[in-house]
Amino acid sequence: MAEYAHPESLVSTDWVAGHHADPNVCIVEVDVDTNAYHEGHVPGAYGWNWNTQLSDTVRRDILTRRHFEQLMSETGISNGTTVVLYGDSNNWFAAWALWQMKMYGHADVRIMNGGRKKWLAEGREVSTEVPAAGSTEYNASGPDNSLRAFLDQVMAAYEGRSHQMVDVRSPAEFTGEILAPPGLPETCQRGGHIPRARNIPWGKACNDDGIFKSADELSALYGNEGVDGSKPVIAYCRIGERSSHTWFVLKYLLGYERVSNYDGSWTEWGNLVGVPVERGSAPAET
Amino acid sequence: MKVEQNTERRIEIGGWDVNLRTYQIGDTFHCKADNVSPGAVIARSSGATREEAEEKAIAKATERLASTRRHAI
Repeated sequence: MAEYAHPESLVSTDWVAGHHADPNVCIVEVDVDTNAYHEGHVPGAYGWNWNTQLSDTVRRDILTRRHFEQLMSETGISNGTTVVLYGDSNNWFAAWALWQMKMYGHADVRIMNGGRKKWLAEGREVSTEVPAAGSTEYNASGPDNSLRAFLDQVMAAYEGRSHQMVDVRSPAEFTGEILAPPGLPETCQRGGHIPRARNIPWGKACNDDGIFKSADELSALYGNEGVDGSKPVIAYCRIGERSSHTWFVLKYLLGYERVSNYDGSWTEWGNLVGVPVERGSAPAET
Repeated sequence: MKVEQNTERRIEIGGWDVNLRTYQIGDTFHCKADNVSPGAVIARSSGATREEAEEKAIAKATERLASTRRHAI
């Protein structure tokens, strides 16, 4: 059985249980909001709210470098801290935070395999105490935009057939049957997908208990759809958070070197005038 | 505190598959409803009993799912 390309990017729930009080380790629960965090979280963990703390709240963008440094400082994170991220929905939003931390050059950031779901399922200790705000000195680098795809790059990749494009949304979103995940707001004018994109829903990378599938299973999952890393890969979804999960899988578990997350995603592409859109489930050209 | 009585079951609301996860922390039951595909959280609720927490989550999920339209393709 093959190993993950970067096994150090994951830690187990056992590891976290043994290190959550380690002063060199900072555990952070990340979700779309902090409602779940306030129900009960890993003892000592901080909580980050994707809506208000991990995106620019005025323009649609990642945090500015200054705001990122401020968030790290308030969370008690120094440049040398080992940061472990976890969250609900199989670490969906934790992966977004990891992607952003990598863009800003944090050296040691990991995902707790299985996330909140596994921690709860194992009946482990939880706490409702919120740690005191930190005030560390933090100096970010970057952002490293090689990890991110912007619209002009995606358009050039489409026109030049230079990349493998992965749409990680659900099949119903991919075909255009629905414009957003059931129960969530529609954020686009048109349904469908970028022509020639392959549909590999993000959640297929995990088992039922929330942990990532084995390297062999992941390699088969993506490789069978032609996403084998032989070309640069662009992952996208609706707003870029599910695709950050797939980005993590491809880059750190499978070791593809050239993977970027198109965080503009379908909310951007599906609102543009005059761009190519494919609907239905017709097999994409290769 | 520890998580107790952690259960998960699948139901259908308005033609959509919904996963309900309910658990107790301290004296409170919490329920999360997600939309299975793609797995997004659509409702969270709390209550003094499992039934109360689940009823609230189902009511919220029902309201939110009612706004989703299926388009011909």
